[in-house]
Amino acid sequence: MTTDILNTREAKSIFGFWIYIMSDALLFGSIFATYAVLHNNVFGGPSASDIFSMPFVLAETLILLASSFTYGLASLYAHHHNEKDKVVLWLVVTFLLGATFIGMELSEFAKLFQGGSSWQVSGFLSGFFTLVGTHGLHVTAGLIWMGSLLAQVLRHGLTVRTIGKISNLGIFWHFLDIVWIFIFTFVYLMGAI
Amino acid sequence: MSTNDFKVIDEQYEAGRLAMRSYVIGFVLSAILTLIPYIIVVSHMFGKQSLVLAVVLFGVTQLLVQVIFFLHLSKKSKPQWNIIVFIFTVLIVAILVVGSLWVMYNLNYNMTDVSPFNSNEGYIPQ
Repeated sequence: MTTDILNTREAKSIFGFWIYIMSDALLFGSIFATYAVLHNNVFGGPSASDIFSMPFVLAETLILLASSFTYGLASLYAHHHNEKDKVVLWLVVTFLLGATFIGMELSEFAKLFQGGSSWQVSGFLSGFFTLVGTHGLHVTAGLIWMGSLLAQVLRHGLTVRTIGKISNLGIFWHFLDIVWIFIFTFVYLMGAI
Repeated sequence: MSTNDFKVIDEQYEAGRLAMRSYVIGFVLSAILTLIPYIIVVSHMFGKQSLVLAVVLFGVTQLLVQVIFFLHLSKKSKPQWNIIVFIFTVLIVAILVVGSLWVMYNLNYNMTDVSPFNSNEGYIPQ
């Protein structure tokens, strides 16, 4: 069935996308290194432990983790059961969780900015906004992609092409969750220690 | 419908069941691996050094959990190239991050301490 076809042409597309994800990992590796170098350079401004609200960040983390899980369910119903309704349902749930995450992140940014902790204050804050902002931009791009994928699944159904695209977006989405684990660990948890 | 068709459907169903199990295990493990470091950090359960070590270990463990249970990357992955590219990337990222920290630490260490903030940000004393 569908998985047999996926082993040929679509497999190449998925492998190509995997290579892109690895190059994205190098991008995140670079800005993680930048943040790690700059994170003590507060220049008289606030440090990490002064500005982060930990329960809020935990909620963000669990929401993004849940969205990674619900995306897995959408992918599962597409690959193994060919149930369009359930695929659409779980994609919508994932989209809403992702949108909630972005909303929370933007409100955190707005609060920091209004509290006088903008990216211009210190090396630490420049590094913080670059790292977390780049991740947020990726999630936003993923949401736009998910919206267009939803439209394609609704219109064309679960074809070899749409299922291949579901696989690719899945790699992207799970990858972003993994990047967030590192942000949670190295920026937020380390900052609170 | 021939018996062969039923066999294909059964296999699909079985693969779906296994995939479901993999996602549920990954989700539960990830949630646990998020909550434990959160709790020990917020309650300041251990000393600073051991907290840093513990948090890094939990982070790396969760990376492995998600790569295996969500991205399904394992020795059995169909295109072997996936895992080779992945290992190569991990190596490059490690060199990049560890190398940057090492170089910048030495730079800070070898610099005359000009700033009360002990930073390399170009603070000019009066």
